[in-house]
Amino acid sequence: MLDLIWLIPALPLLGFFINVVFGRLLGEPKSGALAALMVAGSFVVTVGAFFDLISMPTEERHHVVTAFSWVPVGSLHVDLAFLADPLSITMALFVTGIGTLIHLYAIGYMHGDPKFSKFFIYLNLFVFSMLMLVMGENLLVTFLGWEGVGTCSYFLISFWHTRESAATAGKKAFVTNRVGDWGVMMGMFLAFGATGTLSYAGINHAAESGALSAVTATAIGLMLFIGACGKSAQLPLYIWLPDAMEGPTPVSALIHAATMVTAGVFLMTRVNPVLSISYDWAPTLIAIVGVATALFAATIAVAQTDIKKVLAYSTVSQLGFMFLAVGSGAYVAAIFHMVTHAFFKALLFLGSGSVIHGMHHEQDMRRMGALRKLMPVTAFTFIIGWLAIAGVPPFAGFWSKDEILLFAFAKSPILYVVGLITALLTAYYMTRQVIMVFFGEARWNDHSEEHGAHGDFKPHESPKIMLLPLVVLAGLSVVGGAMQLPFTKDLHFLEKWLEPVVEFGEADIHHSWAYENKYILLGIAIVVAVAGILLSAAVYAKKKIAAVEPALLADGWKYDKAITSFMGGPGRRAFDGVAWADRTIVDGAVNGVGRLVQGAGGFLRKGQTGAVRNYAAAVGLGVVALLVWFFLRGVVL
Amino acid sequence: MLAEATHALPYPVLTLLVLMPLVGSVLTLMSSSRRPEYTKLIALVTSVFTGAIGLWVLASFETGEEGFQFVSKHEWITSWGIGWHLGVDGISLFLVVLTGILFPLVIVGCDPHHDEKRYLAWLLLLEAGVMGSFLSLDLFLFFLFFEIVLVPMYFLIGGWGYDQRIYAATKFFLYTMVGSAFMLVGIVTTALLAKNDIGRMTFDLVEIAEGANFAASTGRWLFFAFAIAFAVKVPLFPLHTWLPDAHTQAPTAGSVILAGVLLKLGTYGLLRFGVYLFPEAALWSREIFLTLAVIGIIWGAIAATMQKDLKRLVAYSSVAHLGFIVLGTFAFTSEAISGGVMQMINHGVSTGALFLLVGMIYERRHTRQIAELKGLQKVAPIFAAAFMVVMLSSIGVPGLNGFVGEFLVLIGGFETARWWVVIGATGVILAALYLLWAYQRVFHGEPDEANSSFRELRLREGLVLLPFIGLIVFCGVYPKPMLDRIEPSVKALMDRVEVVTGYVAPEPVIHEQDDTEQDDTEQSVTDHGDTNHGDTNHGDTGHSENEGGEG
Repeated sequence: MLDLIWLIPALPLLGFFINVVFGRLLGEPKSGALAALMVAGSFVVTVGAFFDLISMPTEERHHVVTAFSWVPVGSLHVDLAFLADPLSITMALFVTGIGTLIHLYAIGYMHGDPKFSKFFIYLNLFVFSMLMLVMGENLLVTFLGWEGVGTCSYFLISFWHTRESAATAGKKAFVTNRVGDWGVMMGMFLAFGATGTLSYAGINHAAESGALSAVTATAIGLMLFIGACGKSAQLPLYIWLPDAMEGPTPVSALIHAATMVTAGVFLMTRVNPVLSISYDWAPTLIAIVGVATALFAATIAVAQTDIKKVLAYSTVSQLGFMFLAVGSGAYVAAIFHMVTHAFFKALLFLGSGSVIHGMHHEQDMRRMGALRKLMPVTAFTFIIGWLAIAGVPPFAGFWSKDEILLFAFAKSPILYVVGLITALLTAYYMTRQVIMVFFGEARWNDHSEEHGAHGDFKPHESPKIMLLPLVVLAGLSVVGGAMQLPFTKDLHFLEKWLEPVVEFGEADIHHSWAYENKYILLGIAIVVAVAGILLSAAVYAKKKIAAVEPALLADGWKYDKAITSFMGGPGRRAFDGVAWADRTIVDGAVNGVGRLVQGAGGFLRKGQTGAVRNYAAAVGLGVVALLVWFFLRGVVL
Repeated sequence: MLAEATHALPYPVLTLLVLMPLVGSVLTLMSSSRRPEYTKLIALVTSVFTGAIGLWVLASFETGEEGFQFVSKHEWITSWGIGWHLGVDGISLFLVVLTGILFPLVIVGCDPHHDEKRYLAWLLLLEAGVMGSFLSLDLFLFFLFFEIVLVPMYFLIGGWGYDQRIYAATKFFLYTMVGSAFMLVGIVTTALLAKNDIGRMTFDLVEIAEGANFAASTGRWLFFAFAIAFAVKVPLFPLHTWLPDAHTQAPTAGSVILAGVLLKLGTYGLLRFGVYLFPEAALWSREIFLTLAVIGIIWGAIAATMQKDLKRLVAYSSVAHLGFIVLGTFAFTSEAISGGVMQMINHGVSTGALFLLVGMIYERRHTRQIAELKGLQKVAPIFAAAFMVVMLSSIGVPGLNGFVGEFLVLIGGFETARWWVVIGATGVILAALYLLWAYQRVFHGEPDEANSSFRELRLREGLVLLPFIGLIVFCGVYPKPMLDRIEPSVKALMDRVEVVTGYVAPEPVIHEQDDTEQDDTEQSVTDHGDTNHGDTNHGDTGHSENEGGEG
């Protein structure tokens, strides 16, 4: 099976090609079914590869399949090659698994859209790119996927491109990501210059053997981190992700929650030996950026009224947690949280999509409420997702978040405290969302009155094809934590599985105070989660405390606005200045020279009068001048 | 170093490549005006035949050979040592093939609307000139072709262009002529000075390169005489302002050819006649060229962003893209120069296709103003998809051709021209900005009344675009066949630079891997706790590094 891992990305690519050619012919359910089938096929191959790998001895779990030599020039030899190791297979498992579920969901969600088959073209292309990203044997193949997912994200955000806001959001996502991609390129160049290869094995080996200097390793790590900040929506490059919610909701679930946005965390984990030999301040910086983003985004989520915007900021915040883990050397925890987050956040997004679908494209939570009874399955699964993200045991999110906080404490108690505050806010704003959408009084009646056209407006439960993925993801959100339980070493399944990949970079905290008192931390985490939920319930359900939702937070601390107005103001004027200078100065000089020549010609032409007397006079003057010159020369010399 | 491969042929293919379009041009002119369809047929047949010969040359090109192939060498003006000397190597091969492919496509794809006979005749004469320029291995012959190119281009812009065509054509002609004047002086002086070393008068490129031994200062003067002509042609900042005017005012075919192959005369010339003839001078002046190239990348991109005319926007994007090629050339590593050579082709394909698409938009809407276009994706999704693929190639998205060249230029230059690469690479961000913004304004949104009747891509247009898109995808996914043919010649050029100047291109440190992988993983398990220990262990196996990153 391991030699067939090229099939994992190849199948969605095949689906892409079939749908490009026959998509319109296949029509509504079939083109979607084909796309889903292809991703499911990849999932089956991945499962096979997983069992192959796990049956091998730990240190041999590293299998490379080379398709062909991609870019061979001089000392640069890059193969289009795939790598199957615990990390890539873990990623591929949840990408294809959740991808299949979301494809199924999308068949229901995109029902009736005139561009139905086109949607699945993009979706399959995205899954292909994402799989190239995670299965790449070297940085360049990963970069191919990296830019590919960015491009597909652009296509899908602006899928409803006649809407100006969707078109702008797509462009913003692409350009912002490109800023990060610049960092990835610099990281690649540095790595190639220092190690002569772009393959992960070569780079990591150079780091592990000490052949890579700390200076270069730091530079490589930070440059790749710039890329990660772009792709994984961290400060200061997160601005594109909230806007990306303009895309259809399955896209938000698949790309902007479960898979693509975790690519940065994946890349950091992939090169963990490089990070671990860099100067200490580099991982610390990553941890600080991560925890700052987590807190920053959580405060914004508290005041959002759009059902998807809450989830978008929550995603930014949770990704911040993953970078906190990376910076704390907790790579297993980062991947653990990435996987559980993929379960519950995909669930929450799909649930919100189901709500939007049932509410006839209403996204404002102030016009929802009491949907629990009308949409029982959606409500039930959403509540499970909520408990998972809020950090309530025994749901999946609790375990992974706790593990991150444990490592953060070992790194620095300050990081831990900020993480804890974020966890409190997370429980708070998610509870707020659940109450506003599913509990309380029904506020959507107002809506039907406002818009007389929707006379018999009544929210309805979504079709089965959309509910099935919700149920499966809810199940995973319940049991997902079991892959890495903190109690005894024997229950660290994920850690053992990932060990060959992360053992060099993984921080050893076994002798820290935090580890020895991990049950106290566990207790604190539970108290914090419950406190957040109760506080929120007191505010939004019982109305005992007035809600605090300042406009500054609703505006996202005005960060995005500041950037937009800078770009539209001074930035644009500077660009205009260059265009002006090109026209008037650079080209003006050229035309000036042209006019000068023309003018000089015109002036000289005046001498060519054709009158013999003038010429005779000139000859005479010349003779006199020559005589004077000869005379003077004779005297002087 | 560039020894001529003994690749004798019964008949001179390369001469045929030059003569074929020339004959076609004459035949077109002689054809009856009453039967325009025959005129077009003659032009088409000769250009297709030329293209086919080009492909034949590609197919029978000896991969892995560094020297000139299919050489055809005849004495011409013996007393001055001027010869009909043609040859093709990895650097010129794909330019010749691209020229052969572009012309028939342009003849099929673009409609001149009036005076088709003269139009086609000029176009074929242009092809002969371009082919000759890429194939000449004699300085005088090269100059001849290089100048011939100007005449048909001048008449194409002036005769079939848009409202400001006379201004643009004159500017193009005069600007390039000023550059060429320097080159003419350079060529004559080179030949005269080389006479002392070689013992007889000759204009033969290979003979001069191998026989002449210029003093450093002389070489630099001569190099600059050549370089000015090429810098105008590229065009290199700040000599670029003829380009937006010429591109915007030229008929679509003119723009496609201009972007596709004419500009490459500049970058090709810098390599073939600049770096090859005067390695010392090229190396000495590299910082000037690197700086101008990087300024061009950023400047061109910013200027492109603010253009209101779609065609002008694409023209400015050319300034930025050509900056990458010059950056690669003067980075002086095999990877970067190979990337630059590849980028010459990539830019020709993607920008050529962009001009075709913009031309199709003009045919339908009779405007190129971005503000007057809107929502085209809704009414013409296939057209939009074609534009999208070409645009992504131009942005440099991996998997498409534009990326490979840019990437090689940047990674190859990173060790030798680090800060230029660091700044130049931001051009990649700007490229996304100006193209996506333009795409959004033209294709996204709800089409207004004027745009709602925009016609979808027609079959003929689709067939013309298909080869472009095919090349865009193929060269991005599998650039190896191309690189395999380019690299040996570039390597030979680099060897020559190293031999003549004593310059050494940095080689990245290669760590042992793959075959010893198993051992290494085990070893690293045991000694990663103490990295210093690991270092000495590996130091014994004989590779010294750590400087690799900083050097």
